[in-house]
Amino acid sequence: MATGDDAARGTAVLAIGSSDDVVRVRQEVRSRAVAAGLGIVDQTKIVTAASELARNTLIHGGGGTVRVESVSQGVRRGVRLTFEDHGPGIPDINQALKDGFTTGGGLGLGLGGSKRLSNEFEIDSAPGRGTRVTIARWK
Amino acid sequence: MDRIPILKLGDALLVTIQVDMHDRLAAALEEDLTERIAATGAKGVLIDISSLGIVDSFIGRMLDTVAAVSRMLGADTVVVGMRPAVAITLVELGLELKGVRTALNVERGMALIGRWLEDGDGDERDGPAAGDANDGDGG
Repeated sequence: MATGDDAARGTAVLAIGSSDDVVRVRQEVRSRAVAAGLGIVDQTKIVTAASELARNTLIHGGGGTVRVESVSQGVRRGVRLTFEDHGPGIPDINQALKDGFTTGGGLGLGLGGSKRLSNEFEIDSAPGRGTRVTIARWK
Repeated sequence: MDRIPILKLGDALLVTIQVDMHDRLAAALEEDLTERIAATGAKGVLIDISSLGIVDSFIGRMLDTVAAVSRMLGADTVVVGMRPAVAITLVELGLELKGVRTALNVERGMALIGRWLEDGDGDERDGPAAGDANDGDGG
């Protein structure tokens, strides 16, 4: 395993404008998770969360971006993802986090499910301003 | 556009998903599969997902829908080969695929379909979550 190249690996920003982009996000997050040394279950969790959030960005936000960061804290390594769109925003975040709440015809598991699959979860949204969701998974 | 191949084996249809599915491909599979059931009169459908590194809510919903629509057309569906990490992640996501029969691998899935075919019409189809076939959630 290569070490000490966190700074070099740095940050990638990917556009989310189509369902092909959702696949590309999954692939990028997978390779970052492998590089951070996450086990197979943790990899699967963060990639699945990324897939849910990327689709939210696409469907509810009308497209946007994700910033993918390889992060470290002392000896701990991980992956942090920041999804951002300038869509209509979420009027009631607590309601949107509940399982089964959906406005997009999906199962309504995206936000709450992603939160459960992550070690860190932060959401910032307001009507008319768009939505930003940040998640992280640590080794 | 890419299509996922559907093979016919006796009274069963076999689908092996070998690519990271984008959403349109999943939707196309749903259509193709139901058309093939109607055209062939297949009684059983086996979907092998052992190549899938993740199953998110979109793919999960597709599997649920395929199983439900197939049932209406007289065919029972079994999903095989789910990776343990995928099973763990799906349950945490809140998606337990309760409407879908599962088996650990292709061999057990085919044995299950064989039993359905022997029974003529499966009483088993009334209780998809019951029985000994749901052994695909190890880990």
